[in-house]
Order: sequence, then structure tokens, then C-alpha cells
Amino acid sequence: MSRATDAATPRYQRQGRWLSRAWLVAGFAFLYLPIVALVVYSFNDSPLPGRWGGFTLKWFDKLLDDTEVLEGLWLSLRIAFLTACAAVVLGTLAALALVRHKKFTGRTAMVGMLNAPLVMPEVIIGLSLLLMLVSLQRWLGFPERGMLTIWLAHLLVGMAYATVVVQARLQGLNPQLEEAAQDLGARPMQVFFLVTLPMIAQSLLSAWLLTFTLSLDDVVLAAFLSGPGSTTLPLVIFSRARLGVDPSVNAVATVVIAVVALAVIGGSYALARAERRRQQEIAQAAHG
Amino acid sequence: MKWSERTLIGIPYLWLLVFFLLPFLIVVKISVSEMEMVSFQDIVTWVDGVLNIRIKLSNYLFITQDDLYFKTYVASLKYAAITAALCLFIGYPFAYFMARARASVQPALLMMVMLPFWTSFLLRVYAWKGLLGEGGWVASAFDALGVDTLLMAVGLIPGPGQYLNTPFSLVLGMVYTYVPFMILPLYATLSKMDLRLLEAAYNLGATPWVAFWTVTVPLSRAGIVAGTMLVFIPCVGEFVIPELLGGPQTLMIGRVLWDEFFANNDWPMASAVAVVMVLLIIVPLAWFNKAQADAQEARR
Repeated sequence: MSRATDAATPRYQRQGRWLSRAWLVAGFAFLYLPIVALVVYSFNDSPLPGRWGGFTLKWFDKLLDDTEVLEGLWLSLRIAFLTACAAVVLGTLAALALVRHKKFTGRTAMVGMLNAPLVMPEVIIGLSLLLMLVSLQRWLGFPERGMLTIWLAHLLVGMAYATVVVQARLQGLNPQLEEAAQDLGARPMQVFFLVTLPMIAQSLLSAWLLTFTLSLDDVVLAAFLSGPGSTTLPLVIFSRARLGVDPSVNAVATVVIAVVALAVIGGSYALARAERRRQQEIAQAAHG
Repeated sequence: MKWSERTLIGIPYLWLLVFFLLPFLIVVKISVSEMEMVSFQDIVTWVDGVLNIRIKLSNYLFITQDDLYFKTYVASLKYAAITAALCLFIGYPFAYFMARARASVQPALLMMVMLPFWTSFLLRVYAWKGLLGEGGWVASAFDALGVDTLLMAVGLIPGPGQYLNTPFSLVLGMVYTYVPFMILPLYATLSKMDLRLLEAAYNLGATPWVAFWTVTVPLSRAGIVAGTMLVFIPCVGEFVIPELLGGPQTLMIGRVLWDEFFANNDWPMASAVAVVMVLLIIVPLAWFNKAQADAQEARR
């Protein structure tokens, strides 16, 4: 269809095409400018952001001795890993419940409670969870504020995001495949692990990565729920960034950006290949 | 219903009740409790076999009567509304052009919108401090182009070359952070639109402009609502961006809550501030919920 209309494109649409390119380029420039700036300034010899003092690697060198940053990073990575694993499990359960069962008592309330953490201001979530955990601690004597409580808060938000991702995939599934397995005598658990799980594996991976980065990035929830000795990397960065522009933060940023870029490029390449192979297998199975 | 189905629904349900709903009810309870040293008192106590219930509404009275709180709530709503409007203005054409780009480039464009999500939001907001500070790239460019006189005339910045810690830098930071949240739901609805409807409109004599407003925009309503709410609601209670890019005159309720809690240690007051905030966003929240449900319906 587009070929046919291309030949006789009216002038207003050609102008529209020019506008569309300009808008997209400007939009992407806006989105990526700060990222480029962080990377460039992390190699700046002068600690002042306004002046270029020549190329240097000294901020990265200093980072290696920065125990506050390194300890924060280690803690954040552990919390993010645990959050992502648990969020994918809970999110998958919630998504299955919502997709498989269109009618049960309190379904609307469940949908509401799953949507709310996506948009609810973090200060409210952080405050309310903290006050509950404090009340619990008065009553039972645990838990202490620390890694566990931060993990709980991240899990609450991460689960909501994981549910959205997995739910979208589950809705796109062909139910006949699961029915076929049932007809062939597979028990519900077998159907899930042998048929459903492989088909939604890709969305589970995206949900895992999304919740991992969400957890790794969070300041507000961690600030409310951290205790003495549990300072995550974002808390370290935030306390430095509050005081002004800090070259060590630029260096951390460049490391983070490099790791993310590599992981995302590698990950999406692997996913695309896996998806292509799966499509081929399905096509072959259909023909053979 | 079989027990296996019950556990499937029950586990996530119970989790949400305990960690989402219950904490909020506790906040409501604490907001009407008395302060006791650095903590709060129970509202229900037994003294000599007599049940005492003490409910303190003074926090709420204070919020409604104190000028500062009122102004802060209004300012938060105002900045969130401005941010949502700007995101829609930037994001709608962006999502529209993305959805109408060649099918082969669309996945790459989508990837490029998502990619900044994966790099730390905190670091990206922090980067604006350098860009807008003295001698920063954006600040220098604005100085050279004379943008600062324009912004000063509108009253967004206090003096020439002072971009940081002003209403301008606050809104810029919020728009920057939240614009992908606007683009993604809009792209999702616009890319699924049935283009034959547009052709039908053209055949019936509609100009592109008329067809856009009478066909495309109404069909993308669910995306507009979802995107606007995804921007507006979190912006009302935003803390990190006002703290890093806002100034002393840009009051935001998220910062007030933070200070009540961390600086003043007044937990009941912080809770009352949170409860009022939730009341303010409950209608947008319901609206967002409905838009999400509509989007789910459309997907099937």
C-alpha cells in the first residue's frame, strides 16, 4: 500500500515527512544529551563542569579506592538480583491469575492494587511500608531496617511491573497449544513447565531485567527503608549529587552506562536470535 | 474452584493485601495518632480496664489551615499538570511519527526510546545539573541564543544565566524524565490503529488535518489517558527531581513529606501529608486504572 501511495505523495505529506524526521531527531537528542554529557565529563581533568581541562582517567582510578561506592554497589547488586528473581515469580503468578480467571471475587481490587504501584509517588509507598514494618517490629521484634526491608519495597513495585510485562505476553499466547498438551494427558503442572513456560520465557527475561534495573536505580524507597550500614549505591550517589556536580558521580555514571549498553545490545541480539529460531521451529513443525 | 487455582490467585493477592493495602491503612491510623517522643502513640489503649480511643485530627486541621501546605499542594498539582501537558505536546507527535515510520525501523526506534530507561534515572537527572550549571553545554547554548531573556520575561528564572534551581529546571527535569512514559502507551495505541479508517475519512472528503482530529486522536484516547496519568500522578509526589533541580521557591509536596519525616521526625504529620496526597490523586488513579483496563480489552 505504501508503495502505491508513495508515487503520488501530495506535497503536504512530503512536508510532513520532513517535520516527522526533525521531531524524532530533536526528541532523541533531548533524551540522549545528558547521557553523552555524563560520559564526556567523566574524562574531564577539571572538576568543574563548565571547563574542559583535558583528557584524564583519574576519576576512574579514584573510583577503585572508593569503598563507599564499592560497598554500595555490592549491596545494590545483591538486592537487585533478589528483587528481580522474586518479582518475576510473583508477577507471573499474578499475571496467570488475571489472564486465566476473568471472574473471581475481588479481581477488580487486585487489578487496582497491581496498577497503583506503577504510578503511586514513591514517597507514599516508602512511608507506608516503613510505618507498617515499624509497627510489626514493635509487635514481633523484627524485622530490622536493612537489606530485607529494602528488598520488600523493591519487590512490591517490581512485581507490578513484572505482571504488566508477563500479562501482555500471556494474552498473546495461542491457547490451543496448552489445550493440546492437556488432551495428550499432561497434568496442569506439566502443561505449565513444558508448554507455557518456554513460550513466555522471553517475557520473563525482560521482566527480570526491568525489575533488576528498577531496583538498582531506586533512591526514595531505599532512603525510607535502609538502616545503619545498608547504604545502597543510589543513596551514595544521591547524597553526593545533592551537594553539587561531583566528578566521581560522572565516573560511576560512565561505568553504569557502559555496562548497560553492552548488556542491552548483547541481550537483545540473543533474544532476537532465540525468537527467530523459535519461529523457524514452529514453522517447521507446522509443515512437517 | 480447585485448590490449585485458589493458591494461584491467593498468593499474589495476599501479598498485595499485606504489603500494599495494610501499610496504607496503618498510615491513615498513624496520621490521627499523637506524637510520643520520637514515635507515635496507639490510638486505642486500655487504662484501668477502660477502653480509650484518642483520635487527633489536628494534623489535618493544620494542613487545611496552614497557608504553606495549601500553597505546596497547589504548586505540586500545577507543576505536575504543566509537565503532563508538555510531555503530551512533545510525546504525541513523537509517538505518531514513530508509529507511521517504516515498519522496518520501528523496532529500532522503540529500542532507542526504552534504552534511557535502563541507564539510571538518578544519574540522568543529575546530568542536568552539569548541563544547566554555569558554563554547562545547555546553559552556554541558551545564553548565546538569548533564551534566558525570554525565560526571565516569563518569570521562570530569576536572573540572566541562572537556570539551575528554578521552576524552569524543575519542569525541564520532570519532562525529560517522564516523556518516555508518555511516548510508550501512545505508540502502543497509535501503531495498532486501523489505517483503513483514515483512508475512509479521506475518501469521504476529510482533509488530513480534519481526519487527524476526528479519527486518529479519538482512537488514541486510551493511550492519551494512560500516558497523561503515568506522567501526572508520580509527578505530584516527585521527590528526587525537585531535590536535585528545584530551588527554594519551587515547593513540592514530596519534599515537604520527606522533611516532616526525616528532618522533623514528625511521623503523624508526614502520614497526614501522605493521606491528603493520596486523596488528591485518587481520581486520576481510578482514571489510569480504567485506561489500563481498556488497553487490555483492545489488545485481545
